[in-house]
Amino acid sequence: MADKGGFRRLRLARSSRPPAAPTAPPEKVGLRRLSRALVFAAFLVLLALLYTGYKAFGQAVDDAQRDWWFVGSFMPRSDDHNMPPVLDILREFGESPREGIHTNGRIILAGALFTLRESAVGFAAGVVLGLLLAVVLLQSRQAEQGIMPYVITSQIVPLVAIAPIVVIWGRTNFDFLPWEWQDWMSVSIISAYLTFFPVTMNALRGMQSPSLDTVELMASFGASRMQLLRRLQFPASVPYLFPTLRIAAAASVVGAIDGEISAGVRGGLGRLILDFAGKYVTGPERLYASIIGAASIGLLAVGVVVLAERVTLKVKGQASW
Amino acid sequence: MVKSSVSEEPLAVEVAGVSKTFNPGRPSEVQALKDFELSITPGEFVSIIGPSGCGKSTLLRLLAGLMRPTDGMVRINGKSALQARLNLEYGIVFQSPGLLSWRTVSKNVELPLEIMGWSKARRRARSAEMLELVELSGFAKHFPQQLSGGMQQRVAIARALSFEPSLLLMDEPFGALDEITREFMQNALLTIWREFSMTVVFVTHSIPEAVFLSTSVSVLSARPARIVKNLSTDLAGRSPSIRDDEEFFRRVAEVRKVLRG
Repeated sequence: MADKGGFRRLRLARSSRPPAAPTAPPEKVGLRRLSRALVFAAFLVLLALLYTGYKAFGQAVDDAQRDWWFVGSFMPRSDDHNMPPVLDILREFGESPREGIHTNGRIILAGALFTLRESAVGFAAGVVLGLLLAVVLLQSRQAEQGIMPYVITSQIVPLVAIAPIVVIWGRTNFDFLPWEWQDWMSVSIISAYLTFFPVTMNALRGMQSPSLDTVELMASFGASRMQLLRRLQFPASVPYLFPTLRIAAAASVVGAIDGEISAGVRGGLGRLILDFAGKYVTGPERLYASIIGAASIGLLAVGVVVLAERVTLKVKGQASW
Repeated sequence: MVKSSVSEEPLAVEVAGVSKTFNPGRPSEVQALKDFELSITPGEFVSIIGPSGCGKSTLLRLLAGLMRPTDGMVRINGKSALQARLNLEYGIVFQSPGLLSWRTVSKNVELPLEIMGWSKARRRARSAEMLELVELSGFAKHFPQQLSGGMQQRVAIARALSFEPSLLLMDEPFGALDEITREFMQNALLTIWREFSMTVVFVTHSIPEAVFLSTSVSVLSARPARIVKNLSTDLAGRSPSIRDDEEFFRRVAEVRKVLRG
């Protein structure tokens, strides 16, 4: 047999191709999406039922109008004040705080959009910053050892202290910028401050994930640092990045709301929550309603990231399975 | 050797007085190589064999310019190892294929060409050519994870040869493969070596592998490594069938004897 026989025989022995990717037909994908939405809705209803059920137990009384034995001993007492009925909360969206002005629903929606803009800008800035910082930390062990403690400390410093500083700086010291600085932009900075951290940590882990062999291989091709980053380290970080971006999206919303509250910036959900919390005694439903608003924009932010992830993976030709 | 002095062609590999010490001056100090000498003329297939941990891989990394010697000189095709690396004068294959999981087989082969700045059309053409050489043409669009270990290693070889280097460095490239696949890969490597008329430096643990493949086998001592003996193993008309020849077994026994000391 000729020398080349080795390959030929090898191919015969292993000619069975790997199984094709399990791609579902489009109508099935649609069904799957629908069922996912239904499951989500079902759990929402379940949550409302649990809430209502718990509340009912917490205010259960016997025939003589006395509390049941377990109320106040095994569980805290519930009432319409600390646990307003679900329907009342939902109805609150349609109510107006005063005659002749917008409904609470409109007010919460406006606040949510305001906050969403802050967190969108904060998210974008935070992701870019986080990635840049990861690239810097990647360059040398000294850089990583020297800078990392500060990166971690940055997340320990209370936001309540930093937020007013950023807003005041924005009002007084950012007048050199070609555009007019507004308070919501300062809140975006605070949002970015919370966003960059998970991005940096996980991007760095991903960029450090290729084996030494692979890095040496790139070196053997005479790759520059930039080429190493672009063709090996960055692509290697992508699987680490997507789950991180979901966390970062949620963090950007939290950062925006916290930033508004800490710095007293008006117009967003944070301020609204603060207002409603102050008026809790007269209308607890409003605070609950604003919490639903905050949760919704958080979900929306994460949803957008998940969608972007799907599209990217599809473009790359790799499905998410 | 006579050949180099006649043609005045620079040696493919020249290692003179090379020492490599890791963590010098610390308790963890390890001397991997000491006063190491090695010359390889173009076109040779040299296997480096020795006890495990003796510094074989260190030697290969020094040749590849991935590491600097503590002392001494390493020249590849008459240039410094670093310069040779930047010029892409050698291709390298490790024990792990080191394929990028997010790139197709074809794109993996194209990787060095991309770094060299080749045009897309030229890259495509060369990649197709190389995959044909390693008989993986049907798998160009597959991802590495969909291939067997032996196939992945063939992609790694195709990648290392894609820019037609004159020297191929291999660090136990078939160490992770099963015996049957291993023999096929050895046959294939010999074919490629002849077709490309290049120089191969092949680090291995396996005596039969070294004897079967090489024109000469360099047996290294335990750390710090030095060459105990160079054995010519150029078996005439090397073909897969020589594995069963009396001569082959005799050479294997010879290398084994030197290895035992």
